[in-house]
Amino acid sequence: MGSILSGAEAASLVRALPGVDAVGLEARAAGLATRSVKTTSKARAIDLAISMIDLTTLEGADTPGKVRSLAAKAVRPDGDAPSTAAVCVYPSMVATAKEALRGTGVKVASVATGFPAGQVPLDVRLADTEAAVRAGADEIDMVINRGAFLAGDLERVFHEIKAVKAASGDARLKVILETGELATYDAVRQASWLAMHAGADFIKTSTGKVGVNATLPVTLLMMQAVRDFRAATGVQVGVKPAGGIRNTKDAIKYLVAVNETLGDDWLSNEWFRFGASSLLNDLLMQRQKLKTGRYSGPDYVTVD
Amino acid sequence: MSEHERLRVKKTYKLYVGGKFPRSESGRSYPVSSPDGTELANAALASRKDARDAVAAARKAQRPWAGQTAYLRGQILYRAAEMLEGRAGQFAEELADATGADPREALGTVEQAIDRLVHYAGWTDKYTSVLGGANPVGGPYFNHTTPEPLGVVAVVAPQDDPLLGLIEAFAPAIATGNTAVVLASEAKPLPALSLGEVLATSDLPGGVVNLLSGKVSEVAPHLASHADVNGLDLGGVADAGLAAELEAAAAETLKVVRRPGRDGGALDLLRQWTEYKTVWHPAGMAAGAGGAY
Repeated sequence: MGSILSGAEAASLVRALPGVDAVGLEARAAGLATRSVKTTSKARAIDLAISMIDLTTLEGADTPGKVRSLAAKAVRPDGDAPSTAAVCVYPSMVATAKEALRGTGVKVASVATGFPAGQVPLDVRLADTEAAVRAGADEIDMVINRGAFLAGDLERVFHEIKAVKAASGDARLKVILETGELATYDAVRQASWLAMHAGADFIKTSTGKVGVNATLPVTLLMMQAVRDFRAATGVQVGVKPAGGIRNTKDAIKYLVAVNETLGDDWLSNEWFRFGASSLLNDLLMQRQKLKTGRYSGPDYVTVD
Repeated sequence: MSEHERLRVKKTYKLYVGGKFPRSESGRSYPVSSPDGTELANAALASRKDARDAVAAARKAQRPWAGQTAYLRGQILYRAAEMLEGRAGQFAEELADATGADPREALGTVEQAIDRLVHYAGWTDKYTSVLGGANPVGGPYFNHTTPEPLGVVAVVAPQDDPLLGLIEAFAPAIATGNTAVVLASEAKPLPALSLGEVLATSDLPGGVVNLLSGKVSEVAPHLASHADVNGLDLGGVADAGLAAELEAAAAETLKVVRRPGRDGGALDLLRQWTEYKTVWHPAGMAAGAGGAY
């Protein structure tokens, strides 16, 4: 999905967006977080959440062996639990992940563009992206140029996202806004629209590498942007909160927010993802609790 | 000052979980009275979710606690005894209120409890030598057996001995590097809940001991069936039928169970919450390589 807008048009559209009612947004998010989801609904929510996970390992210490074991877990997390949506790795691990996941339906997502800071020259970021796609990545998770964004150079951010979109080819492009560094809700709304105008297939909250990661209000704001973008342009874009979502209760809060804000159209792993690693174990432990009636513990899930 | 009697500030007895003093997640409480019917206070009525949170806190604390040197664990237990000594009067009063005992007798019980903590403080760096050892084997190996902590131990504390009995139940478990979730006496929980304040100020890391007050019949089954609990002390379960049910539930998740009414000395109590690990170490190769064993 390319954009029909020029950089100047996109920037002026984005600058004209109304400000965010922060108090209202946080109250709405807090209100949605009070829902209590139990028994059979909870079982469904847990399985849905598992199927939406981009099981992630983004460490300097990643080895092919670790990526392979993560891939095995993504395919078959536990007994009859569903597979996760994807495995998310660094570009150098894409080939290993691709090989391990061949024929399983679990996708390979790769972070690219100088993740996590993105503070490298554009041609290096594009080469990074192309290498990941060549190695077999089905999805590219790019970071935006926060330096340019915060300096007010929206056109440059727009053009860079377009360039990465072109370099990604058929791979779906997730654009990481790194909301923890954008400081205000207004900036998050602007960055969301800018990324969508530039052709993002997904907008994603965070890299997981800074102090503030996905929060429910920020994700809710991005969901509202996605909903309004489809109403305005007819194009559907996905949302991926990432980082800091560690337990089942949190994951279910996000699912409630998706249902209330976006509805059924987004309630599948085609349009909503969780970027997470430890979340999966908590979901599996809750799943065991629902099945057996006994509280489970970390001895009954894998050590990643 | 006026002649009016001062309005006393009453204490809110809360749970002690993960080093903090939360109310019950359920928001419930129950009145606690002395044997003569005087209402003493309201205590938090723990729910299964409080038990779950306590187990999670205990699990989180277990590895670091077991990883501390035995000497430090001993110092911390001794520190708890120091703190209790300083507040012996308060505990004697609370104990006398709770059990109806004579205040002087209650003070004697508190002193016994303090001595018991010191006793287990002394055991922390000795029990491995007493229970473990170097085994003679017919080959070029050193063969060592050492007792290691089980992990998280859930304790249903004695019903009629709310302070000394409770300390006697959890002290051997934590001395060996386990962490404990302790369900205090149902009718007499107040001394145990005050003990939380002593433990919180004695350098004991949060989560090593977690104190709950509530109904045995409500909370204990969830502790017994919890897959992340490794040992279960049924000392305070008065109902034989319930004790059998709890033991059956514990068997489903491979727990070590201490049955109600079982007696034993300190060493037996220390051994209860450990498991033996035996290591074969090739002696010939070490000797051949010039190892100085």
